[in-house]
Amino acid sequence: MGNVKFLFIGTYFGIVLTKAQVISWYKIRNMFFFREPDLYLIIGSAVLVGMLSIMLIRKFHPRTLAGEPLQIPGKPLTPGTYLGGFLFGLGWFITGTCPGPIYAQIGSGEFWALFTLAGALLGAYAFAWMKPKLP
Amino acid sequence: MTAAILAPWPWYIAGPLIGLTVPLLLLVGGRNLGISSSFRHICAAVLPNSRLAYLRQDEWRKQAWNLFFTAGLVLGGLLATRLLSSQARPLLPPGYHNALGALQLLGGGFLVGFGTRYAAGCTSGHSIMGLSNLQKSSLIATLAFFAGGLTAAALHRLLGLGG
Repeated sequence: MGNVKFLFIGTYFGIVLTKAQVISWYKIRNMFFFREPDLYLIIGSAVLVGMLSIMLIRKFHPRTLAGEPLQIPGKPLTPGTYLGGFLFGLGWFITGTCPGPIYAQIGSGEFWALFTLAGALLGAYAFAWMKPKLP
Repeated sequence: MTAAILAPWPWYIAGPLIGLTVPLLLLVGGRNLGISSSFRHICAAVLPNSRLAYLRQDEWRKQAWNLFFTAGLVLGGLLATRLLSSQARPLLPPGYHNALGALQLLGGGFLVGFGTRYAAGCTSGHSIMGLSNLQKSSLIATLAFFAGGLTAAALHRLLGLGG
């Protein structure tokens, strides 16, 4: 199986994101303009399920199915958490797309999202270039 | 039943199913949900001779699972649209389907790539995985994402562009 199992889980994730319409520019605009609560409810219920899952996994099955110990590393707080987060938020509004949905949009046949992906790769490269100088 | 599957899924079905990706990845592969690191891996894979430390130090071969996962997202979008939907729904407005729109997507995409790498996570890694794992940094990141998005929305209105 190797890495192929991650292809399957990614496919699952892509299907649910698409069917949730999280990959729709219209739904993102409706979220930011408070026209409908859907996206907030989707993120909220997803987090609730994720939170409960991690609690239960830690309590009853702190290993992977292959028997390896489970590692859930923390995420450090840096100036980038604030600054990068804010910049991403601007891009999220402009493109109506966050990283996962970029890929699902392309798969759905919205090939203009290739420009969003190209921009994201350029942005990641620019970050790599500027990283030594950033706070 | 079939009609319900082919229609868009309501939040109370879709949200929990999205959340289940967290335990699925953890139990099956011991991995933490995240997408934006794929941008770094792709850059590092395409530019193997880069002198930039952020790319040179990226062990993308060891993190290849993330690229398989990402490829799955493309496949999932394809399957959901071609097989699991009764009608095609536009994902971007027609206004984006021209040179000016492409420029907007490119510029906005730049902010998405730069911002998520600087914040070390996106809506998946911070807002779903990080919040599920009760990370303070992920809470702050999520608030920052919305601060950015809502600021852009306010500017959009202020400039009379609608909303």
